[in-house]
Amino acid sequence: MTTDKDAPISGEMPRNEGTDATAPADPGPDADGGPGTGGAAGTENLDSPLHLRPAELRGGGEVEHRDKVFELRKVSVSYGSHRAVGDVSMDVFQRNITALIGPSGCGKSTLLRCLNRMNDLVPSARVDGEVIYHGENLYGPRVDPVQVRKVIGMVFQKPNPFPKSIYDNVAFGPRTMGIKQNMDDIVEEALRGAALWDEVKDKLTSNGLSLSGGQQQRLCIARAIAVKPEVVLMDEPCSALDPIATLKIEDLIRQLKDEYTIVIVTHNMQQAARVSDMTAFFSVRTSEGKRTGELVEYDDTEKIFSTPADRRTEDYISGRFG
Amino acid sequence: MTASQRGSVSPEAGAEETPRRPLGAARPRHGEKVVKGFLALCAALSVGVTIAIVVSLLTPTIGFFREVSVVEFLTGTQWSPGFARGEFGVLPIVVGTLTVVVIALLVAIPIGLLSAIYLAEYAPRRVRAVIKPALEVLEGIPTVAIGLFGLFLLRPLAEQIFPFMNWRGDFSIGVAGVAVGLLIVPLIASVSEDAMRSVPGGLREGAYALGANKMRVSLRVVFPAAISGIVAAVVLAMSRAIGETMIVLLVAGAGNPNLSFDLARGAQTMTAYIGGTATGDIATGTTVYNTIFAVGSLLFLMTLVVNLFAIRLVRRFREVYE
Ligand SMILES: Nc1ncnc2c1ncn2[C@@H]1O[C@H](COP(=O)(O)OP(=O)(O)O)[C@@H](O)[C@H]1O
Ligand SMILES: [Mg+2]
Repeated sequence: MTTDKDAPISGEMPRNEGTDATAPADPGPDADGGPGTGGAAGTENLDSPLHLRPAELRGGGEVEHRDKVFELRKVSVSYGSHRAVGDVSMDVFQRNITALIGPSGCGKSTLLRCLNRMNDLVPSARVDGEVIYHGENLYGPRVDPVQVRKVIGMVFQKPNPFPKSIYDNVAFGPRTMGIKQNMDDIVEEALRGAALWDEVKDKLTSNGLSLSGGQQQRLCIARAIAVKPEVVLMDEPCSALDPIATLKIEDLIRQLKDEYTIVIVTHNMQQAARVSDMTAFFSVRTSEGKRTGELVEYDDTEKIFSTPADRRTEDYISGRFG
Repeated sequence: MTASQRGSVSPEAGAEETPRRPLGAARPRHGEKVVKGFLALCAALSVGVTIAIVVSLLTPTIGFFREVSVVEFLTGTQWSPGFARGEFGVLPIVVGTLTVVVIALLVAIPIGLLSAIYLAEYAPRRVRAVIKPALEVLEGIPTVAIGLFGLFLLRPLAEQIFPFMNWRGDFSIGVAGVAVGLLIVPLIASVSEDAMRSVPGGLREGAYALGANKMRVSLRVVFPAAISGIVAAVVLAMSRAIGETMIVLLVAGAGNPNLSFDLARGAQTMTAYIGGTATGDIATGTTVYNTIFAVGSLLFLMTLVVNLFAIRLVRRFREVYE
């Protein structure tokens, strides 16, 4: 087993900065101001309850947050002969929250699971195209999926704490990496990072499953960040939670942005609007009875929710979608 | 057409008052009572049989303890109830039984659990599709076949592998233990495999997403989560080993009750004593007759204790998922 500190996956990073098709044209500092690049169509949408304030970090001059973490080039994923999602090209930027939205079955989870090679666990799954992570092909011959997942963590739809103590849940990842020292500090830091420390600090030895659903999901987030990943992928992390727990997690996600790059799948559009910087809208194309997901539009969240370029996006976010 | 027809029909139906249906039963439903009574009878029968077994064990056992003191029975080290001046210290045959059980578990737990882990976590679907049913068939193999296999193949083989041991005669309690071990391997493997398969996939995914490799996922997540089922498997197997008669009768022999702890020689177990002694020509009410039942009662008690212990253990270790 390799125990080297720099995971082989994160090699040199030839970054491709500067202008790029998806970069916002207008770094308007005040999101609430709204109109941005929008024309007449945008004004209509302003009345929509869905038009909510996108996350902060719209401030001008932020070049850093445009560093690319992932570049997807014509990525398609098939299960056996069924192509679940096809020809997705998009970039994911560092310390951004990128939301993937769209109707159920359009391949959001499938695409998300490509980003840390979780799909390798599904024998029938096949990935075509390129997923570039800091310039390195994530599916290259020398890349070890186990190492990939240490750098790119994941939080699932249904909270899935291990049936172990809260402490052991958080310590699982670090122990997997061979870390033995300062475990108490690591656990505390991760639990604080997940805004759970105050609630559990007196019962670290009780079973993770004794927590409420929202606490369990924050425990899972703590577990994911305990290994200090660069990216955290979240697959509908709030869909099994009540509204209050959902708001807590959303707050947490916004905080995590300072340190992590986050890609979040959600089919709650308000959530995408509330937390994300960039939003990718997916849809399903049905041809010859086969349903394949496709990327319809990818842009700043503000733009997607105010002046979407594509009719299908507009229909979806305004609730006209069936 | 149809619409107008329907339209014309319904007012007519409304006019032509439907007679109210009577709420009392048309006739008494005797059939139901018969069925209920029959089912109750079946349930009572199985309870009754169990009680009958216990009573039939107890009556001669009480008779036995009128002649032999409990202390002599449980602490004596000589066992020769068949002789004119018989000795009734049960320890030698209890030790024989425990030797077989311990050796059987030493053989069967590692093999059974490793097979279970392989089948549940590693085996390709096709391999599993062959091995799993094969295991279930093996569970039903006649013990007399395993006994013969032990006597004519394992016993000579053991002498070749361990020539330094004190082999004498055709029988060996150690080989009997190994043969019983082989008998219970499929049971342990199959029941543990079921337990591990029923661990939710979400737990595995959670561990993989933290960069755990397959071995860590299997041993640190799936195995502990399935522990209650695994303990149940081992206990079931243990009960089976305690009660196994034919194999020990054939491989360890029925004579020579001794406390020598020599695995290379024959020895008697409790079941082998009962099986070897309870032939048709024993007169009811004699001391030997009563002795058989006393040993049977002790055997029953031992299995009961093992099972009760196991139930507590399972409750304690239970890692509830959900
Ligand atoms: N493990 C799998 N095996 C086969 N097909 C799958 C699997 N997971 C998802 N799919 C299929 O892929 C398509 C996209 O699913 P998914 O990515 O879960 O969509 P979403 O998350 O957008 O609801 C669906 O048609 C689904 O049936
Ligand atoms: Mg999904």
